[in-house]
Amino acid sequence: MQKKFGGSAIFLDRSDINTDEIIPAKYLTEVTKEALTPYILEDLMLDGFDPKGEKLKNATVVVSRENFGCGSSREHAPWVFEVNDVHTIIAESYARIFRQNMFNCGMLAIELPKADIDQLIALQQQGAVSVSVDLDGQTVTAKAGSEEKRFSFDISQFDKALVEAGGWVEFADARY
Amino acid sequence: MGKTLAEKIFDAHLKDEPFAGTKVLSLDRVLCHEITTPIAIADLEWRGKDRVFDKDKIKVVIDHVTPSKDSKTATQAKILRDWARRHDIPDFFDVGRNGVCHAIFPEKGYIRPGFTVIMGDSHTCTHGAFGAFAAGVGTTDLEVGILKGVCSFREPATIRVNLNGSLPQGVFAKDVILHVIGQLGVNGATDRVIEFRGPIVDQMSMEARMTLCNMAIEAGGTSGVCMPDMTTVDYLWPFIQDEFASKEAALAAYSTWVSDEDAAYDKVVDIDVSALTPQVTYDYKPDCVKPVSELAGSKVDQIYIGSCTNGRIEDLRQAAEVLKGKTIADSVRGIVSPATPQIFQEALAEGIIQIFMDAGFCVTNPTCGACLGMSNGVLAEGEVCASTTNRNFSGRMGKGGMVHLMSPATAAATAITGVITDARTI
Ligand code: SF4
Repeated sequence: MQKKFGGSAIFLDRSDINTDEIIPAKYLTEVTKEALTPYILEDLMLDGFDPKGEKLKNATVVVSRENFGCGSSREHAPWVFEVNDVHTIIAESYARIFRQNMFNCGMLAIELPKADIDQLIALQQQGAVSVSVDLDGQTVTAKAGSEEKRFSFDISQFDKALVEAGGWVEFADARY
Repeated sequence: MGKTLAEKIFDAHLKDEPFAGTKVLSLDRVLCHEITTPIAIADLEWRGKDRVFDKDKIKVVIDHVTPSKDSKTATQAKILRDWARRHDIPDFFDVGRNGVCHAIFPEKGYIRPGFTVIMGDSHTCTHGAFGAFAAGVGTTDLEVGILKGVCSFREPATIRVNLNGSLPQGVFAKDVILHVIGQLGVNGATDRVIEFRGPIVDQMSMEARMTLCNMAIEAGGTSGVCMPDMTTVDYLWPFIQDEFASKEAALAAYSTWVSDEDAAYDKVVDIDVSALTPQVTYDYKPDCVKPVSELAGSKVDQIYIGSCTNGRIEDLRQAAEVLKGKTIADSVRGIVSPATPQIFQEALAEGIIQIFMDAGFCVTNPTCGACLGMSNGVLAEGEVCASTTNRNFSGRMGKGGMVHLMSPATAAATAITGVITDARTI
């Protein structure tokens, strides 16, 4: 089943946010996804960021910079977003394993060029940013106050099929 | 137009191309450990699909936290152990026979040229040292691998790194790969295979080649890869001697798995290592690399020698050579984890364990342990570790801790003085 995308955005304005920052290794002893919920982004190195704050709690979209999710292969990183209802990540680029893990879980790892991310981040000055995603039209629309911006993105047919199927297990099971 | 090794392996394993650009490959090896596999097992059970595609192609080890440190890690180990038994998986390594995944699986001869290998572990790229395509994947890819024996990839372009010149005395594979990552950057090889070529690689042992390939992921690479040659055949010979009439015959068969001279590369990087000096990381990204001389004198609290990067016998020899007859500084603690029981035994037989113990090191059983801050040597807030591992992320070895990556020789020299030290000055 396809997940819900879009919603209120939080901005992590830094490159190379790694999997240890998203979910530290000491929590990898959990054997359910749900148990990861309170530990999201616990060790993120970013000035002014509060992993226990309301902003993160309310967010369902994360916006970031280059090489998001680098480091470990742990799918606990996408899972900790998933169990916190963050099903959409928008960044300039991703580490390969993290990006694949997102689509494998039926979630969206959208890539936008730096100029678009700059605009998205600047939009915060107008107030809280809310994002909607049109998967078929391949566009992201961001609204803050009275301002609205639309960006188009590329998604491979395969990644789209994974999102529509609800993930790689469902896709592979139907096909192989 | 010729093909790269990665392209040849993709061609030979292509099972499906559901959409242009998406290659679903059949797998020769699906490797499993107790951190990322249990959730895949639980999901398969939940779906009523608790099956394995081929019990002989699945290899299983408990290595990250072993022996288990608490009931949670004991549960992870138990889920993996029960599953391996339930499916009669013959190659399962439990306490007493277990070692770090990327050291023990090659040591058992499981990885061969031309193979496709996945594991729920980012440093799976290590196995490319054998001329295989070996990629780290997440738990969902692992789950489908276990069930169906397939995995999807975008066909990666290849970056060819030519390592030329001659490696100076006291400079090792670890220094070379740190330097390469410094050049490429942490995402310089994303969606790429890094092919290590040139006279330096030709002269390297399999252990050294594994150290190179191990850190390909630190530049974002999908897999590291080296061309199979007589060194590869010699290493594998105990496992393949029944398959081939002679080593030459094996080499001839494996020469299928070499990039063509006219293959197309995304990028070619030439590096002359003749003037390279020992390297060390600073800060929290593996591409923050400097010569040891520039950080010499920085104080550390702990020395860790081990891991899938540098816990092999050659690494222990290099460290022992520096440590022999010396003791470590009072201000530091030293921990050494031979990466597998076989390496431990060899180190015992060669007197290396004695050298470490005489110097004041704690010798642990084979495990990942301190490398990812899960057991056996976690740092306290504000502490600094000189480590032969592969990742210096903030908090990697314990919240608020700092890690400097370096070669075993540099780590040993640093243990003696208590501050970052070039082993050639000892
Ligand atoms: S030794 Fe460290 S890097 Fe290697 S597999 Fe274990 S935890 Fe991962």
